[in-house]
Amino acid sequence: MSERVVYMDNNATTQAAPEVVAAMLPFFGEYYGNPSSMHNFGGQVGAKVDTARGQVAQLLGASPEEIVFTSCGTESDNTALMSALASQPGKRHIVTTRVEHPAVLNTCQGLATQGYEVTFLKVDRQGNLDLEAAAEAIREDTALVSVMWANNETGVIFPVPEIAEICAAKGVLFHTDAVQAVGKVPIDLAGSAISMLALSGHKLHAPKGIGVLYIKKGTPFVPFIKGGHQEHGRRAGTENVPYIIGMGKAAELARTRMDEENTKVKALRDRLETGLLKIDATMVNGDPERRLPNTSSVSFEFVEGEGILLHLSAQGICASSGSACTSGSLEPSHVLRAMGVPFTAAHGSIRFSLSVYNTEADVDHILEHMPGIIERLRAMSPFWAKHQKAQCATPGYVEP
Amino acid sequence: MWEYTDKVKKYFTEPVNVGEILDADGVGEVGSLACGDALKLTFKLDEQGKIADAKFQTFGCASAIASSSALTEMVKGMTLDEAEKLTNKDIADFLGGLPKEKMHCSVMGEEALQAAIRNYKGLEPLPSEEGEVVCQCFGVTDKEIEKVALNNDLHSVEEITNFTKAGGGCGECQDKIQAILDRLWDTAPKQPVEVKPPAAKKKKLTNIQKMKLIEETLEREVRPALKADGGDIELIDIDSDKVLVSLRGRCSSCAASQATLGQFVQSKLREFVSEDLVVEEVKP
Repeated sequence: MSERVVYMDNNATTQAAPEVVAAMLPFFGEYYGNPSSMHNFGGQVGAKVDTARGQVAQLLGASPEEIVFTSCGTESDNTALMSALASQPGKRHIVTTRVEHPAVLNTCQGLATQGYEVTFLKVDRQGNLDLEAAAEAIREDTALVSVMWANNETGVIFPVPEIAEICAAKGVLFHTDAVQAVGKVPIDLAGSAISMLALSGHKLHAPKGIGVLYIKKGTPFVPFIKGGHQEHGRRAGTENVPYIIGMGKAAELARTRMDEENTKVKALRDRLETGLLKIDATMVNGDPERRLPNTSSVSFEFVEGEGILLHLSAQGICASSGSACTSGSLEPSHVLRAMGVPFTAAHGSIRFSLSVYNTEADVDHILEHMPGIIERLRAMSPFWAKHQKAQCATPGYVEP
Repeated sequence: MWEYTDKVKKYFTEPVNVGEILDADGVGEVGSLACGDALKLTFKLDEQGKIADAKFQTFGCASAIASSSALTEMVKGMTLDEAEKLTNKDIADFLGGLPKEKMHCSVMGEEALQAAIRNYKGLEPLPSEEGEVVCQCFGVTDKEIEKVALNNDLHSVEEITNFTKAGGGCGECQDKIQAILDRLWDTAPKQPVEVKPPAAKKKKLTNIQKMKLIEETLEREVRPALKADGGDIELIDIDSDKVLVSLRGRCSSCAASQATLGQFVQSKLREFVSEDLVVEEVKP
């Protein structure tokens, strides 16, 4: 194991920012009061929770009373789906996409076995949605349309504000899983038709264990976790104060760093991608123009992702793969398969996801090791040997 | 992250016998790109008919590469008769074990070796062409499933998936795999096994018995769970196999109540009373 750690798996989770951790610490010790208490000791904590709520609202262009703190992005997604069904008992149809995160995808598949109908929208080879198909999928009894803002594997960005407008025109609620998009894509909820939006703290440098659900004023809502009156009766359970404070601080940082994500981080990502594409039989997955600035899904054909990851790990490089072997399932990534990425490439896909903490030296470290790793694995791949032979047999091919 | 043994890690990071013997006596190719792993095994015999050299080319994860490399080490010096007896279990044991989800990598090794020996003997390359394809996603036949189940004492569909991948794609063939296992372990000669009676065949009940059993099951299995959520259930009528119930309290206004009924009440009644029961909700 190399001493050096190059962390490029930020779509999986991010480092909690030192500023965030510092902001949280007093709330584990000194300020332990319950925000709901009548005394000042608790009340002062309640005021800090409100500050955090304001910080999140500002990042999203929302009002503080539209922000509900939850335990994670998955809880926010589940809450949105279940609330839409519970608040409109006559409506039993949901529209979503084939490339959602499991938080939405598996929940919808579960609902489909319980008497609800779900339409899973297709994507094209670039990972883009067909807006007309989305509009046509909406029916009289559609309770909710749920479409992710940006894909966690490829970074492809969906035209979420436009889809929300289509839904609003038809009087249908719209939810978006914006876990990967927040902090990287400008979001202005006040000026949008989005009914609900989920985000996750640990994807933007807050710690794990905190999420947010935005609920637009006037959206019918039934709580998912029932009990006390916390969060204005929308999410019961004593507030997780230190993490809420951390979430607020992370939101404030994300707002100030949005430019950096789209300039510095994007430049690093592009430098990495350009370098990797010099390797033979390599391709980028997803629409290169409509993508998150930090994400790169690269397929190295004829090799399997797990082997690549283990060799990278030995050099201290952290990335992830859409291959079957790494996930414990037997099928490669549902996202890449939905896009029609061929098996030769889907099994050998590696996702690099950067953050503001990455440097040019990190990128160069990867570019130094990657060609050798791929070459080693290809040398033992029967398909690579066949691919090479086929190329040699091509008329006009000159032996190098 | 998978828990690999040191031996698996060693054979993955420093694989031996990588490549292809060009004038091989036996060539075995199994797996495919779509499946996510594939292995091409070549061997050369010496004058005594023992395997003098073996090489591999593998597309697959770390444990597939390690299993292939280990296999080439293991077969060197073996006669073909000895090599024919080598099983996936031997490969996994040689490596100090594999994660259960990765056992199919050792099966791929065994299959490639068998294919290479058949190739040497001038037989059809793929013994898997015998039998009927059960799993369309990964092209696994009933014969292969039976063989792996017998060799490794596998009794569940999940185990079969771990060893052969069958049933791990769309999942549609899982019932067929279960049927193969049922058939196999009912008739398997050496296995002194407990044969479970098929769950569906319950004793025929009289109407009175059925009614009583339904009431008991609702009381014991269903009502406490609903009450915990502030709801309740009332048995309205039983019409042959149709059980009419009414939900009270919080359940009745909940959008998920239909799901509660379908999934929960019906499954409990089917489990404890009869497979044929259908639950319907009556509005109070």
